[in-house]
Parts: sequence; structure tokens; C-alpha cells
Amino acid sequence: MTAPAHHEPMSFWRKYIFSTDHKIIGIQFLFVSLFFLLLGGLLAMQIRWQLGFPGKPLPGGGILPESMVSGGVILPEYYIQLVTMHGTFMVFFAIMPLLVGVYANFLIPLKLGGHDMAFPRINMWSFWLALLAGMIMLSGFFVPDGAPRAGWTMYAPLSARPDLSGATISQKLWSISIVILSLSSVMGSVNYITTVINHRAPGMTWFRMPLSVWALFITAILAVLALPVLQGAAILLLFDQTIGTHFFDPGAGGQALLWQHLFWFFGHPEVYILILPAMGMVSDIIANGSRKPIFGYHSMVFAIIGIAFLGWLVWGHHMFMSGMNPTLGSTFMVSTLLIAVPSAIKVFNWMGTMWRGNLRFHVPMLNAIGFVSMFTIGGLSGIFMAATPVDIPLHDTQFIVAHLHYVLFGGSLFALFAAIPYWFPKMFGRMMSERIGKVHFVLTFIFYNMTFFPMHIIGMGGQMRRIYDPTIYDFLKPQQPLNVFISYSAFALFAVQFLFAFNFLWSLKFGKKAPQNPWEDNGLEWSLPNPAPHGNWAPKTPNVYRGPYEFSSPEAGNKDFLPQTLKLPTDRDPVPVPLPAGGH
Amino acid sequence: MKIRSFSVVGGMLLLTVCSKGNQSSAAPAAPAAPPPAAPAAPAANSAAGGTITGKIKFTGTAPRNKPIDMSEESACKAKYKTPPTEETVVAGAANALANVFVYVKTGVPAGQTFTAPTTAVVLDQDGCRYHPHVLGIMVGQPLEILNTDPLLHNIKAIAKANRPFNVSQPSAGMKTTRTFTAPEVMVNLECNVHSWMHAYAGVRPDPFFAVSKDDGSFTISGLPPGTYTIEAWHEKFGTQTATVTIAGTESKTANITFAAR
Amino acid sequence: MRWWLPDAGSTFAGPIDALFLAILIITGIALVVVEVGLVTFVIKYRARPGRKAFYTHGSTRAEVIWTAIPAVTMVALGLISNHYWVLIKDKKSIPPNAYHLGVHAKQFEWQVTYPGPDEKLGTSDDFTVRNQLHVIVNQPTAVELTAEDVIHSFFVPEWRLKQDAVPGMHIMAWFQPTKTGEYEIGCAELCGMGHYKMRARVFVHTPEDYKAWIAQQAAGGTE
Repeated sequence: MTAPAHHEPMSFWRKYIFSTDHKIIGIQFLFVSLFFLLLGGLLAMQIRWQLGFPGKPLPGGGILPESMVSGGVILPEYYIQLVTMHGTFMVFFAIMPLLVGVYANFLIPLKLGGHDMAFPRINMWSFWLALLAGMIMLSGFFVPDGAPRAGWTMYAPLSARPDLSGATISQKLWSISIVILSLSSVMGSVNYITTVINHRAPGMTWFRMPLSVWALFITAILAVLALPVLQGAAILLLFDQTIGTHFFDPGAGGQALLWQHLFWFFGHPEVYILILPAMGMVSDIIANGSRKPIFGYHSMVFAIIGIAFLGWLVWGHHMFMSGMNPTLGSTFMVSTLLIAVPSAIKVFNWMGTMWRGNLRFHVPMLNAIGFVSMFTIGGLSGIFMAATPVDIPLHDTQFIVAHLHYVLFGGSLFALFAAIPYWFPKMFGRMMSERIGKVHFVLTFIFYNMTFFPMHIIGMGGQMRRIYDPTIYDFLKPQQPLNVFISYSAFALFAVQFLFAFNFLWSLKFGKKAPQNPWEDNGLEWSLPNPAPHGNWAPKTPNVYRGPYEFSSPEAGNKDFLPQTLKLPTDRDPVPVPLPAGGH
Repeated sequence: MKIRSFSVVGGMLLLTVCSKGNQSSAAPAAPAAPPPAAPAAPAANSAAGGTITGKIKFTGTAPRNKPIDMSEESACKAKYKTPPTEETVVAGAANALANVFVYVKTGVPAGQTFTAPTTAVVLDQDGCRYHPHVLGIMVGQPLEILNTDPLLHNIKAIAKANRPFNVSQPSAGMKTTRTFTAPEVMVNLECNVHSWMHAYAGVRPDPFFAVSKDDGSFTISGLPPGTYTIEAWHEKFGTQTATVTIAGTESKTANITFAAR
Repeated sequence: MRWWLPDAGSTFAGPIDALFLAILIITGIALVVVEVGLVTFVIKYRARPGRKAFYTHGSTRAEVIWTAIPAVTMVALGLISNHYWVLIKDKKSIPPNAYHLGVHAKQFEWQVTYPGPDEKLGTSDDFTVRNQLHVIVNQPTAVELTAEDVIHSFFVPEWRLKQDAVPGMHIMAWFQPTKTGEYEIGCAELCGMGHYKMRARVFVHTPEDYKAWIAQQAAGGTE
């Protein structure tokens, strides 16, 4: 890694720990988020143990304290901490930072020809605040009375009343963690938005940006508007628990439903924050794997914008059973059914991209195709809940759990299984093992579906969410064999992830040294060495001559790709763009 | 920007630290020990010393105790031959009043400390009822909560001077131990799965307390010479006090009468 | 082992199950199109030496078709769904002859209040039973849901009935059971450590049996 001429040599701490380099910050998010992903998985294993084998001692449960596990058996109050913290860690500290904290940071300047983000120091702060928030959230397990337990959705009044939930200190820590995390997210988003608007290389017009950047840009707009709402709600909750306010206490003039409106007004855009970057990166990877331009690029951009826009209008579909006015239910049903349309458009366009392509099944492509396949199931299952009468039997059952895992795991996580090996060479200069990656993909795909598809069935049968022991209900006893099957599949699914973890960690040191453009891709980032150097192209800026998906273009000659920065004899140089003030 | 974000975060942390609520942690569960017979009062610190005894009764008609409908908890219902009732007023022969917590309110010399016994007071959940219904325990003495029923009970302790707790015991044989760190008359214990289940714990810094038996009798022994005010607490009839002077090792009688209401 | 929705036990089950099936068919077709399409493409268009991908940026006609068909389908689904939604959830849809009960949810019990022999709620012969819901077959019944402490949710799977009980709110939910028998209520909103234990039994009686039960309760008996 050569430092540009105008930088004095940096100490190890300044270069790798307190770095303002967007790529290092992205990698820092990567390591921390993968840790939280593992932690979330460990919590899930305990949940599946209890659901599959209620009341049986947890293997290894002896290491947990009496407050969580009694005689090895998971206690009900620990079980609801598990479901709460599994969701909390996965949503806020694994998937969101993996998609946004890692790839918005890493890719945006690289794919747009910039030297770094618009505000590198604020970017660094965004990481450290996210890490602080994560540590505070983690501390909930170690404080007296244990972790929060009102679900990752934290409905009031249960969350506002430690005397009713039992979570005395940790519930306040949750609010503080969320306040800090929201700040981190907004800081990052401000960077991503400004960089995309102002720091595009000459020739990089809006409609020559890759879909990954479009998706991350729109996601950042969602985040900067949604996270402050969550932050406000968390502050109101903290005040109810500490300084004696009654925002959510109906006995004193407050309203229980206020929490749900605030939370879901954030929460629904949040789930689009959790899927749009995945969709964007999958678009890049499928075009690459198909050796074809993305089918319907403009439609794809408008679909991203459409999903983001409509995403603000659907939050009430989480509240159909809440007691809010049924007329509101009708309006939210309409908007929710409509949001299926842009998602469908995207699925058809991905298929259109593969149609008549020349498909290369590298590990990223396999996982990207897996994404399309699984996200389709997740999206279609949502239609059942969107139809309000059908939501009545399905709301708050395992059907919803199946739906959300199909979009978050089958969707976002498979997209990450595609993106991580894809940009690994750019981050670390080495390749992850294709062979291990292929085995990981096949086994994950199989065990994933074995785990989550049957959940639709037990949800239809009426198994409620977040219950410690389904077998106390006569109507659920007949389904218990399926719970056992799901648990075994989940254990296998978790075990298989060690292949990915091994592949990732081993390849950091021993992976094959990466050629400059291992995927024969068109993006700007591939015109740099691997790993990408500090400052990227500094002091120069590349010129962009075409869109990002010119695979198999007749102009490419005997190659089937045509980089954005490659100047052909017929190309004219774009108008130079003045460097932004204060940039590298 | 940095300073402002620090002050916001710092303010949040201050709110958590300074908010109301006892910050001391409840003692974690002790390893399982064979449950001893539940003593009504611990061994007095000195075998010598005076004794206050008495009988507690009430005037008027005993209100009827509400019957408990256990039809939706068959494992508990099966333990009863006659339908169980709540234990709000447990009356014996001739209007004797049981389950009255009697303790020395004033008169113990200031500064005198007493070591709490290490033997636990056992609170058993059997037949979806607490046994005993009213108990006395010393500050620092272990309270061992046992579940003899093969179903979920939660034990919620509602306390002001002590740290509240709320723990669950989903199956038979489970044991949880807690200790109280401050005197409190009374700590309310309840189960939220079975809303008829109530117990009351009188937490005292000294061993000078007792719970009246079915015949209304109570005994507080080991008292050094002095003048004492004893208070009798009943969950429905309120409190009554009496004053007793102990000179040596004699036994003084103090009978207490409540008015039924 | 149960593979489908629970056996229908109320007048709501017919329309809801039909709508469920319709959505299953529609989404099933979409799923088959996508998954079979993906598998076909993966096999048919895999890279082989000498092949080249077909260079195209898309097709506006395709975009219009695969936007219009889902959009029209969703609109139709919405219109049909809303009809039944209003019928089930709108307060004005509660039949005027509905038999009224009170259901009070608390950590961790259901307290059901019955109107007693005078069949009027709010009078002195009302009585409350813990964790038992007794109703009359074919009789429209309306429960007024209240909550003591936190949000709970009243859920009877066979009736396709679910409604949150919220502290500070009085929420009406109505239903008409179509089969006698015994069912269960489960709480469908996380309400604390005893959430899973908030189970109540439901008894759907013939009118005669129900009258007898009411009389027995009024005389002070517990079942």
C-alpha cells in the first residue's frame, strides 16, 4: 500500500485503527458485524433448542448463570431475552452494518472514481459510534436482571415498565445504544448521499452508476430520514423509565399504540434498508455472471426509488391487529399490495438478465441466483399478510417468522454470501476459495430451506411467535415433529456456516493472490490494484466512458466485458469535474 | 459536533445511573441444599432472654374467603379434596387469627447487630398456593423458593426498600434463592400466572419476630431487658401495636385483637 | 401432524380460507414461473466454449407486461380483501343481536366476564371466570377486549380470530362459532415471561347447555 505523496507516513494506529480511509472503515465494519452475526446465530441455536425440545437441558447450558438456565433448562425469561436479542443483534448490528456500513463505505468512492468519502472524519466516527452502540447493547446480558426481553420490536407498555418485563437496567441501555446507533447511521448516510451527489468522476452520470451504488444511495436517504424517528422513540421510552414521563402509559394520558406507530414508521423503511443494498449488489453480480447488461437498467432504478417511496406508506401493515382504526388497515393494505409490484419488476429483470446469457457459476453468482430464488419466496409470502383478512390468522405466528427470514436470510444474507467473496480481492488482495464457497452455497441452500420453509406450515397451524413451549397447547402438539425437524435443520445450517467462516479467515492470509480483475468486471474499482491503495486513484481521477454493464458488447471485440474506464478510439473524454474543496 | 454528541450520550448515561431504583444486585441463586423445615423464626442469638407470647384474635364475623377456581390448572386442582379458598383471613377456633406477622418495632438497642442464620427460609409453591402464606425472614438470610408443582409459576417480589425481583420456575423441582438487603414490612410476593397466589414476607434486621399459628398464638424469644413496642400486621385487618417491658428472662403476655373489616 | 390451517370453526373461516387459497394459487403460479425459469436458464444458458451472451439492454414491452399483470392482480386482491376486512373488523359490522362478553387480559390470565342470567353485561349478576370462554354455537358474539397491564392478543385459531387487547383501549371483536366443541385461546402478543402460559379453554355450547352452565355459575359453582 503506497501512500500518496502529500501524506506523511502514518502510524499503525492511524492507518488501521483510527483510519479515515473509507476502505479501512468498511473492513472494520466487516469484522465487527461478522462477530455480531455469529453471536446472533448462537442465540438462534438456543431458541431452536428450546422450541424443538422444550424443557430439555441445553447441551453446554451449564456455563450459563442460574438467572438464564436452571438445571440446564432455559428459563422462560431467558427465552424471551434470546428472541429479543437475536432480532436486535441481527437487524441492527449484523445485517444493516454488513450491507451499509461495509459496502456503502467500501464501494461508493471506488465505484464512482472518488478518492474517499465527502467527510472522512465523520465517517470514522460513524464506525466508532456503531461499535460503542454494539458494546452497550451486548452489556445487557451482563447487567443485573439480564437483557431486554420485549422483542426486537420493544412494544410499550411492556418495554416501558421494568416492573412488568423484569428488564430493569438493560432496557435503558437499549435506548442509549439505539440513540448512539442512530447517530452513527445518520453520520454514515450523510457521507454516502453527499459523495454520490458531488464526488462522481468525469463521465459518471447518474444513469451510468452501477445499481449497487443507486441502491446504497437510496438506502442512505431512507436511513437519514428513518433512524431519527427510532432515535426519538427510544428517547421517549428512556424518559418513561427514568424521569417519570408517561408517553406510553395510558393510565396517565399516554398511548400504548404511539410506540408502534413510531417504531414501525422507522421499522418499515428499515427493512428496505436491509434489502435494497442487497438487491443492488446482486444486480451487479448477476450481470457479471451472465456476461450481459442488466435487463431494464432504468426500470431497475425506478423500482428502487419506487420501493423506497412506497416503503414510507406501509408501516401500518405491522399493526393490522393492533386495535388501530380498521379504515387505516384498508389504506395500508392498498399500499402494501402495491409495493409488491416494484419488487416483482426486479425479479423479472434479474431473470431477464440471465436469459440468453453466458452464465458463469462463480460463488458470488451462485449466491446471487440463490438470493433471487429465496427473495421471491419471501416476497410472495408477504402477500398473504398484506391481504388483511388473511393476516388475521397469520399475524404474530411462525408464518411471519418464515417470511422475515426468507427476505433477511434468504435475501440479504445470501446477497452477502455473494458480495463478500466478490469484493474480497479488492479488500484483501486475495481470493476466497471457490471450492469451499461452492460447498458452502449448496449446503446452506439445502439446510436453509429445510429450516425455514416448514415454518410457514406451523405458522398456518397457529403457532404463535415468541412462545417458550408450544406443547402446552393441544392445537399445537400435533405439529411438534415439524418443530423438531426445523431445529435439527437449523443446527446443520449453523454448522455449515463454519465453512464460510473458515474460508473467510483462512483466505485472509493464505488465499490465492488475486489478479487485478478476477471476475472480468466493468466497475471502476477493478481498474485499481488489489488491495485498493489508500487514496484510490489519487492524485488522478479516472474518466468514465460508458455504463457499468457493457458485457458482451459488440464494441468489446473478442472480450465479453468492457470496463467503464476503458477508452476506445471512438470515445471522447468527458468534461473534467473540479475536485471538491478539502478533498484528497 | 463531537462535544455535542458526547454531552448527549453523557446525559443519557447519567439518566440511567441516577434513575430511581436500588442498584445493588440480588444475590445469585446458591447451589441446591436440602430444604429444611420452614422455621417461623430463626434461633435467637442468645438462649437466655425474655419472651413475649400472646394470642391474636379478632372481633366480629370472619369475612368469607373467596373460593379459588383452579379448573384451568388441573395438576393443582387434583391436589385438593375440597375446593381451595384464598387465605385472606385464616380464622381458627373462637376467632383466633392466623398468619399475623408480629415483630418488635421499637426497643431494640440502637447499633446492635444480629447475624442472619445461614439456614434458608423455604417458600414452597404447592397446589398453586404459597406455603407458608406469611413468613418472617432476616436481612441477609436466604429465601429458598421451591416449585413443587409441575407447571409454570413466576415469583414476583414487590418491594420498596429492597430490590424487586421477578423470576420464573417452569417445572417441578426448580429452586431459586434470593436474599433481602433491607428491613421491610411487608414484601409482597405474587404469581402472575395464578392471580390468587399471594404471600407476604416480613424482613427484619433482628430475629425478634413471629407469625401467628392457626390457634392465633405467637412467641418472640431471646429479648434482652427493655421496653418494646410490638406491631402485629394482618393483610386485611391492618396493624395493631402493644407495648411490653421485659426485665429479665421472664415471659410476658401480649394479646392482640383486631376488628374484622 | 397438521399440514394446513386449523379446522374451520366460525363464519369467518370460509372467506378467509378461500382468500388464503386464492393467494396460494396466485403466488404459487408466480413461484413456479420464477423457480422453473431460474432452473431452466441455469441449465440452458450456462457458459460453454464458443457461446456468447445476447447483448440487449432490455425490453420496454416486457417491462410493461410484468408491471401491469402484478399491479392488476394486487388491485383485485385488495378490493376482495377489503370487503371481508370491513365485515370482520368494522364496529358497524357487529350484528345487533350479538351476545356481549367482556375479556380482560392481564399478565398472565384471561378474565372472561359473563352477563349472567339477565343476559346484560354490566349488571349485578355478572360473573367472571378465569381462563374459560363459554359461547353458544351459531350465536354472533362480541367481546369487549381490555388489558390490565401490557398489550396481549386474543387468538382463537379455528375461528380465524385475532385482536390485540391494549391497555387504555376498549376494543370490540366479534365472531360466530359454527361448531360445538372445545378449543383454545393463545396469547398472540409477547407480554412477558408468562406469555406462553396464557392459555384459556374455549367451550362452544348448544343454547341449552349454555343456559345450564350459566345457571350453575350463578349458583356459585366452579366447573
